[in-house]
Amino acid sequence: MNDRILLRGGRVIDPGVNVDAVLDVLVAGGVVAKVAAGIEADGARVIDATGCIVAPGLVDLHTHLREPGFEQKGTIATETLAALRGGFTTVCAMPNTSPAPDSAPAVEAIREIIQRDARVRVLQIGCVTRRREGKDLAELSELAASGCIALSDDGNPVANARLMRHAMELAAALGLPISEHCDEPELSHGGSMNEGRVSERLGLPGQPVAAETTAIARNIALCEMTGARLHIAHVTTARGLDLVAEAKARGLPVTCEVTPSHLFLTEESVFGAGQEPAYDTNAKINPPLRTESDRRALLAGLNGGIIDAIATDHAPHASEDKLQEFDDAAFGISCLETAAASVLTLVERGELDLVTAIRSLTFNPARVFAIDARIPGAGRLEPGVSRDLVLLDSGARWTVDPARLASKGKNTPLAGVELTGSVRAAVFDGMLAHELEAAHV
Amino acid sequence: MLDVRTQAAPTDAPAPTEWTRKDLLDTDTLSADEIALILETAEGMREVRSRPVAKVATLRGVTVVTLFYEQSTRTRASFEVAAKALGADVVNLTASGSSVEKGESLVDTVRTLEAIGADLLVMRHGKSGAPYLAARNTSAGVINGGDGTHAHPTQALLDLFTIRSHVGDLAGKKVVIVGDVLHSRVARSNLWTLLASGADVTLCGPATLVPRSLQGAAAEHGRCTVTTNFDEALEGADVVMALRMQKERQEKGLIPSLREYIAGYQLNARRLALARSGALVMHPGPMNEGIEISPEVAHGLTSVIEEQVANGVSVRMAILYLMATARHA
Repeated sequence: MNDRILLRGGRVIDPGVNVDAVLDVLVAGGVVAKVAAGIEADGARVIDATGCIVAPGLVDLHTHLREPGFEQKGTIATETLAALRGGFTTVCAMPNTSPAPDSAPAVEAIREIIQRDARVRVLQIGCVTRRREGKDLAELSELAASGCIALSDDGNPVANARLMRHAMELAAALGLPISEHCDEPELSHGGSMNEGRVSERLGLPGQPVAAETTAIARNIALCEMTGARLHIAHVTTARGLDLVAEAKARGLPVTCEVTPSHLFLTEESVFGAGQEPAYDTNAKINPPLRTESDRRALLAGLNGGIIDAIATDHAPHASEDKLQEFDDAAFGISCLETAAASVLTLVERGELDLVTAIRSLTFNPARVFAIDARIPGAGRLEPGVSRDLVLLDSGARWTVDPARLASKGKNTPLAGVELTGSVRAAVFDGMLAHELEAAHV
Repeated sequence: MLDVRTQAAPTDAPAPTEWTRKDLLDTDTLSADEIALILETAEGMREVRSRPVAKVATLRGVTVVTLFYEQSTRTRASFEVAAKALGADVVNLTASGSSVEKGESLVDTVRTLEAIGADLLVMRHGKSGAPYLAARNTSAGVINGGDGTHAHPTQALLDLFTIRSHVGDLAGKKVVIVGDVLHSRVARSNLWTLLASGADVTLCGPATLVPRSLQGAAAEHGRCTVTTNFDEALEGADVVMALRMQKERQEKGLIPSLREYIAGYQLNARRLALARSGALVMHPGPMNEGIEISPEVAHGLTSVIEEQVANGVSVRMAILYLMATARHA
């Protein structure tokens, strides 16, 4: 029954071909078989999608699965289940595992676990440098040959500009994008939150905006010099976004992503809502949550098309990693299961355009890492080709309860927050792989 | 949350007849009434301390644990003397030589101390916010004895107690705090109590050591100004408080040299003459005489630095008394 499903009467949004209409969608034979009005059930299980959104399966460019090496924080099994429940049918795994995927055998070893345990499609991002140490380049052509979708040293920015230049030269020749956490470590040095009013009030070391903007400017200059595709991971500042906009206007192969956390929250979350400071380590993320004016600039950048994709930067942690002094606590937010709802909540508030939001979670990310070239129909609802879709209930209200997350990481600053929008169902690889129980809504 | 509060303004709330807080973590949320209660209680404690046998049994059976993750002479000793003067049992713990060295987390340490029977926990920690984490995870009362660069509420309260006893009402009085304001928990906590008391506060130091964003907050408030010009800042000052200048700031490139710092920001006789005649000289200690303050000013006629230390015991007795009494109420 799960391989022949008719989603009846939903609002079908397929931004890649500018479809936004109330239609039926038939999943059969392992693919999205038909998108049209008035499709006959013909034995298929019918799901009433009235009032809901039918969209391509969501694509995440920035996911931390933690396995191998950090299984106490998350495993490929638990985190891909979290992805599925969050509507993400394709995730790109960041290489900050141990061992890190800096060679073909390391990539192969991880792929074996993925093939055994993964509940959604996992694409691997390979390292730029060996062990992500920023000293010697990894064997990039070998990583490309072993199927890596992009290159990144993840949370370790490539600090050495000369090394980054050569990495980009090689990546350009291989046709692989480099996803870079743009940060000048000498400026962000030791900072555990955004530098500004809140950090000075709390006596916490801050990361200044300039740590991000100088690194973005440097990497754009190297992109221009080498012709490599530069993907700027999780842009967080208004000024950084200006630099991206300028680079795009000049036709450089630059793309960027924003996290749902930076769209939804500000540095105030570290202080908390009370009179006394909370020092909320669940709001500790790198790069840090910024100011309200940055948040608004990010929303404007997304609505205006400067930001290509919403990527989760899902970073699950064990409770002991967060139950610590703020400076010592780990960076990161577990958010695969709240991402779509945060985004839909922003849509409901009128801060974000719905079709843009869906595009930045589907078609755009599939293009940014050229995922659609490897997985035909990814990020689309192309009849006969696409294999994933998601059913979103944009009106469902629910309150985030960390204990109910499938992810091992219960580290969310949204605990107790009411969100509008849920992932009612997800089709992965032509099968109904997730369906929200009614009691859950 | 970042608004500089003006607790001194008339409030509708009735004056508290008793202390109700479980913890004392900073001065920022203290009401004017709560500050008044602490200072009034401290006056009584000062009287107790002046007696021939300066010891009472008020807190007999109360266990006070001092938990110090950072070194301290005066704060730890001051709390210990204060607790013993009230008849409490005192257990002193430092991070070195304890289970902290074996990797025990702060939360586990605090829970263990509660299980042992600690009523009040006096805590110093190098990381900002650590006492908040502790307070959330224990039913013992937590007193912040200094956390990172964030807060040092008992120092601010003893400073206010000392200023009041010389200057009286602080409304319209000018207090200058000079030095490494950015990294100073003393400056932050003092800012809240001084503003609450109606004083005008000037924060002064090299551009790298005064919080940049506070300038914006200060401008909004109007009674707090931030400047890099010490000579100008001193004009009309009733109180001048010099902060400890840590030598490592030079190593980190925040100041070109101690020599240049001394030239611009040392509180010395020439500079003190720019302040109002008889202006109080204060320092939270420990001093680097010859760096942030010259010896003749540190030990001069209007210096109240040793008095600050002595008052510290009275104020901490008041805080321990109020908090222990609230627990048993």
